[in-house]
Formats: sequence, structure tokens, C-alpha cells
Amino acid sequence: MKYQLEVQPGTTIKNKTGGWRVAKPVVDHEICIGCDMCRKICPEGVCFPTGEKNSKGRIFYDRDLDFCKGCGLCAKECPVTAIKMVDDFK
Amino acid sequence: MQEKYKNPFEHLIAPGHTACPGCGQLMSARLVLDTCGPNTIIANATGCLEVTTTKYPTSSWKVPWVHSLFENPSALASGILAALKQKGLDKETNVVAFGGDGSTFDIGFGLISGMWERKENILYICYNTEVYSNTGYQASGATPFDANTTTTPPEKKSMGNNFLRKNMAELAIASGCIYVAQTTCGYPNDIINKVKKALTFTGPKYIEILTTCVPGWGTESEMTVQLGKLAHKTGIYPIFEYYDGEYKAMKIPAPALKVEEYLKYHKRFKHLFKDEKGKEAIAEIQKLADKNIEKYNLS
Repeated sequence: MKYQLEVQPGTTIKNKTGGWRVAKPVVDHEICIGCDMCRKICPEGVCFPTGEKNSKGRIFYDRDLDFCKGCGLCAKECPVTAIKMVDDFK
Repeated sequence: MQEKYKNPFEHLIAPGHTACPGCGQLMSARLVLDTCGPNTIIANATGCLEVTTTKYPTSSWKVPWVHSLFENPSALASGILAALKQKGLDKETNVVAFGGDGSTFDIGFGLISGMWERKENILYICYNTEVYSNTGYQASGATPFDANTTTTPPEKKSMGNNFLRKNMAELAIASGCIYVAQTTCGYPNDIINKVKKALTFTGPKYIEILTTCVPGWGTESEMTVQLGKLAHKTGIYPIFEYYDGEYKAMKIPAPALKVEEYLKYHKRFKHLFKDEKGKEAIAEIQKLADKNIEKYNLS
């Protein structure tokens, strides 16, 4: 029997950790100023700029709920409180 | 559930790892690695960082990554650097060693000392969580005074850990590191700047990052960044860098906060707020913080 011992890079994306959370972050795109803070501090690295602009001409951010563990760091650190944690019922 | 916006997966550590929600170590590691860029080889010690990111048969890393034993990252990095020198690739590749506080302060100390003695061009990053997070929060050489851990529970005759924290950054300076810095996970931009600066030097470099361990410290997951900031603002963990024979510290906005402001968020310091004996212990910790402020000229 042959075992595959080598591991391909970045393959943990198979493991969707979204099921861990009890609260999910909801981003208000109109308030977001695109400061990049949530992208920097997210331990999972699932906050990202969407590339689209809101009515104030700022590129707004969003997050990937497939992997978000709901730690609430982004909501706590957002300088304009554009992110709110809401209960996530499945 | 279909999302409208697609995750570009741009970071060099992919999501899907199994670290706790709000982990300060993974956050700092991602910042460090994104700053180092894809031309990096990592030598990783045993610890949370290794265990959570490489669950067989998957890996979070998108750069060459090697894991050896607990004490080995520095020796392993030396070997990688020697191989790169043979191939003539050592100029364009960053060799980075990652270790936790257990592997840096206690188990791997001899080998790190050897790496510094050989003056090798390696960036060593220590993620200091102040306990052995991976094995169940036992006290390490980095555990602060009077902290409650699995091996130092507060009893009738003790208030927790009896020993002071080992000052690894000073040891690195004394060993002749060309760039030494301390920072916390409360300042992501500071981590990025310090790594960028370290990579401009040729020689042994050491950066220590205080990272919150949510279950080990008994804190709330959303407080990770705030605690990094409070550790600096109270003087408990000074943020400074050392190069060319000079200390450059990040100043504390005056007046410096009292240490209670930092300690009250931790379950591991909860026993200090119960009685008179605890008050004395807090006064003791305050003295240590004041000493730090004076020593590194923080205010």
C-alpha cells in the first residue's frame, strides 16, 4: 500500500472552520472606511477588500463566513464600528 | 450559503487551521510571514503554531516550511542557510525561525545561543504566550510573576509563579544580535515595521512578540488586541528595538496606566483581586512595571 507523505501547500482550506462560531460579524458597507485593520488582525485571515466602492468612494471590506470562527476581534477593533456581532443560528 | 464576495486567499497562511478563535499567535505569524514575502523558508519549532497549521494531510503554509523537534528551529535554520549558501541562493532568500516561548526560553535555549554565536543571517521570531499553550498551560521561563498556571497554582504559601520572567531580549543583545526588538500583538503595524526593518540587517536578528493565548490566559477572544496594547501601556511589556548600540522605545502616553487595568482581564491573575495578600502582590507587579518604564525610558 502506498502512502502519500507529502502535503500540498495551503490545503487547510478544505477544513471549513465556520461551524465553530456562535456569533457572526456583519459588515455595514456604507460605514466601512477601508482602513485595512480587520484584514490585519483577523487570526484566520478571512477579512479582505472586495474591490467595490460604497457611496463615499471607499473600497469596503467583507469576510468569508466559511472560515470565520466568530472571535469578535474585528468588531472590537473596527475604528468606526462598522462591524457588529450577531447571533448565528444554524 | 453562497457569499457574494469571494475570498482571494491572498495570505501566505491559509485559513482553515485549527487555532482557537482570537488566537494572537496565528495573527502575528500571518503578519510576519506576509511581510517576509514568498521568498522565505521557515524552520518551525513544536508548539501551537506547528500543531494547528499542519494537521495531516493538510498544511496552511504556502511557503517552504520545515518542522523538527522542540529545541531545533535555530539549528535547523542554520542548516537551511548552509545549504542555500552552497547553492548561492542565500542572498535572495529569507531564512526565518519560528518558536514559541517554551522552545525559545527553556528547551531550545542552548541551540539559539549557538546560532547567535555563529552570527548567522537568520531572523528568529519568538511568539511569547507566557505559558506552554500547546500542552496545557504549564509555566515556562517567560511566565510572569504571580501568574496562575497548571504547574504554579496559587496555594496558601504562594501566589502563583514565584519567579520573574526571563529577559530574553537582553540575552539576545548580550549575545551580539544585530537587531533585537520586542513588540506585542496589540500593534499590527509595529510588527510589520519591525520585521521589515529586521530584514534590512545582515546577521542574527531576534524579535519577540507578546501574543495573547485565549484559553491559557483566560481572557475573552475579542480582547486579544486590546491586551497587547494594555501590556505596553502599563509598562508590563516594554516595546522597543535595539540596533547600532541604541534602544528606541515606543513611548507610553502619560500618565502610564496602573497594572490592575491589564491584570483584571485575566483569569490567571484573578486570585490577586481576592484579599489583602493579593493587593501586596499587585503592588509588587506595579514595581516591576515601573522599573521597566524607567529602564527603557518609556514615558
